Amino acid sequence: MTTTTTRPRSAASPTGHRPAVRGIPVASAAGRTGAMLVMLLAALYSLLPIWWLIVTATKNKGYLFTTNGFWFSHFDLWSNIRDVFDQDNGIFGRWLLNSLLYSAGGAATGTVISVMAGYALSKYAFRGRDAVFNTVLGAVLIPAPLFALPLYLMFSSVHLVNTLWAVFLPSIVSPFGVYLSRIYASASVPDELIEAGRLDGASEARIFWRIALPVMSPALVTIFLFQFVGIWNNYLLPALMLSNDQLQPVTVGLAGWRAELNNGVPYNVTITGAFLSVVPLIVAFLALQRFWRSGLTAGGLK
Amino acid sequence: MTTSLTHAPPEAAHRGRPAARRGAHARRVFSAVGFLLPFGVLFAGLMIAPICYALYESLFRLHRSGLGLSAPTTSFAGLGNYLTALKDSVFTSSILRVLLLGIVQVPVMLIAALILALLLDARSTRFKRTFRLIYFLPYALPGVIAAIMWSFLYAPGVSPYASAIAHLGVHVDFLSQHMVIFSIGNMITWAWTGYNMLIIYSGLQAIPPELTEAAHMDGCRGWRLAWHVKIPLVRPALVLTTVFSIIGTTQLYNEPAILYRVAPTVTSSYTPILAAQHSADINNYNYSAAQSIILAAVTCVLSFGFLRFTQRKAADG
Repeated sequence: MTTTTTRPRSAASPTGHRPAVRGIPVASAAGRTGAMLVMLLAALYSLLPIWWLIVTATKNKGYLFTTNGFWFSHFDLWSNIRDVFDQDNGIFGRWLLNSLLYSAGGAATGTVISVMAGYALSKYAFRGRDAVFNTVLGAVLIPAPLFALPLYLMFSSVHLVNTLWAVFLPSIVSPFGVYLSRIYASASVPDELIEAGRLDGASEARIFWRIALPVMSPALVTIFLFQFVGIWNNYLLPALMLSNDQLQPVTVGLAGWRAELNNGVPYNVTITGAFLSVVPLIVAFLALQRFWRSGLTAGGLK
Repeated sequence: MTTSLTHAPPEAAHRGRPAARRGAHARRVFSAVGFLLPFGVLFAGLMIAPICYALYESLFRLHRSGLGLSAPTTSFAGLGNYLTALKDSVFTSSILRVLLLGIVQVPVMLIAALILALLLDARSTRFKRTFRLIYFLPYALPGVIAAIMWSFLYAPGVSPYASAIAHLGVHVDFLSQHMVIFSIGNMITWAWTGYNMLIIYSGLQAIPPELTEAAHMDGCRGWRLAWHVKIPLVRPALVLTTVFSIIGTTQLYNEPAILYRVAPTVTSSYTPILAAQHSADINNYNYSAAQSIILAAVTCVLSFGFLRFTQRKAADG
C-alpha cells in the first residue's frame, strides 16, 4: 500500500536520462561537477570513520597510533582477533553468543506476537479496534529509551534485574512491528483467501498459520530484521539491567572494556572487538538491503 | 493514513440468518481477541505498567536516618521530587544542554539530509545506488559501537583527524570543554544523516513524474525545481524526520555515556537520561522516577508541539 514508492525513474522518461534529447539543455557542467563534489565529500565523511576502524583493527598493537591512521601497515589482524578472544578468559565469545540469543530469540518471538496482533487489527472488525490501533501508533512515537529507566525501577522492585528476562521480555514488545504487520496484512492478504478458508471449514487459527502467514512471509523477514538489529544494537536497557558480565550482550561488554582501557584492557582488544561486532551487521545490511528499505519507507510515509 | 478495507462481518449481514451469523461473528471476535492477547498483555505489562509505576514512585520520598543505622522509611512527598528536580541545577542544565544541542544539530543534519536526497533524486546524478548505500551505512553500526569508535577518533594523541589537522598547523582537542558538545553533535549527525536522507529520498521518489515533467517544461529546473516543487511536496517526510530527530536528541545517551568514561568534560549527569540513571545508581529511585517522568513530559510536549505547529502552518498556507 504505502510501500510502492520506489518507482524507477527511467519509466518516466522513456527517451533516456538526458532531457537534451527533447530540446531541454542538461544541467550545466559546472553544476554537475559541484554536485558530484558535494556527494563525494559526504561519502568521505560517512566512510572515513568506518575505514579507520577496519584499518586499525588489522594493525599490530605496537603500531596502532604511530602510523597513518587511514592506511594499512604492520598487518596483524589474526593475532588481534586471538587477543580479543583470549581477553578475560574468552568472555568476548560469550558476549557474542548472548547478543545472538537475545536478538534471534527476541526477534523471533516478537515477530510472531506482532504479526498476530497486526493481522487481527487488519482482518477482523470489532468494537474498539481503532482505539487499539491508535494506542499502538502512539507507542511507536514514544522512544524506547523513555521506558528503560521506569522498567529498571519496576524490575528492581520485583528482583528481575540481572536476569535474562530483564532484557528479553522488554525486547519482544514492538509497537512498530504491529504497525508494519497491519499494513502488510491489509496489503498482501486478500479477504477472499480468508473467506475461502472459512468455507472449507478451517478454524481461524488454522487460516492464520496456514494461509495468511505464508503470504506475509516477506513482511515477516522485514519485521524480524528490524527487531533483530534493534535488540543487537540496544545498549541502554542491557546496560541498566545486567551488571553480571556473563549475561551481557556485546555492546555492554565492549563499552565496559572501553572504560577499562586505563586499567589494563589493551587498545587493540577494544578496537578489534568493535570491528568484529560490526562485521556481521554490515554483511547482513548489505545482503538484506531490500528489506531495510521497505520497512523504512513504510515507517516514513505513513 | 490507513486505507484498509475489511470485509469482515458488516452490520448488514445480520439481517440474513441472525443466529448463525451472530455465532460466526462472535467466534471471529473471540479469535481476534486471542490473536491480540499476547501483544496486549506484554504491552500493558512492559510499556504501560512501568510508566504508571514510575509515576507512583515519583510521589514518595525515602528518608534515611542520620547514621543509616535504622531502615530507611518512605513517606508521601506529593510533588516534592518534581520541585526538587526543577530546582536542581545539574538536572535542569542537562535538559537545557540537549535542547541547545538539538536546536543546532537537528537543522544542520536535516538540511544536509535534504540536500543529499535532492542530489540523489536529480536526473543527472550518477552512481545513485552506491551513494545511497554509503550514506546509509553509518546507520548499520550499533550506536554504542559507533560511540566507542568515535571515542578513539577524538582521543588526544590517538585521533587521526587531529593529527591530520595538526599538519596544517592547527591543534584541536575534540574533547575539550568547548569542543565536546560539537563533537557529540558530529557523532549524531554522522550516524543519522543517511537515515533521514533515505526517508526524504523516498518522499521525493513518490512525487508523480508528470509533475516534475510539467515544471521542467515550464523552464523550472535545478534548484528552482527543488525549491518550488520538490521540497513542498516532501513536507510530510521533513516533518516526520524533524519530530524523530527532536525526540532522539532529548534521549541522548550512548554517546555521552561512552565519552563520560574517557573525557573529564562529560559529567555523570550530562544528559537527562544519564542524570536519572545517576540518581538510580545512588539508590534514589524516587527521584530517578520523577526525573524520568519530567523527561517524558518534555519529550511529548516538544514533539506534539512541533506537529501541532506545522499543522497550523499548513492550515494557514
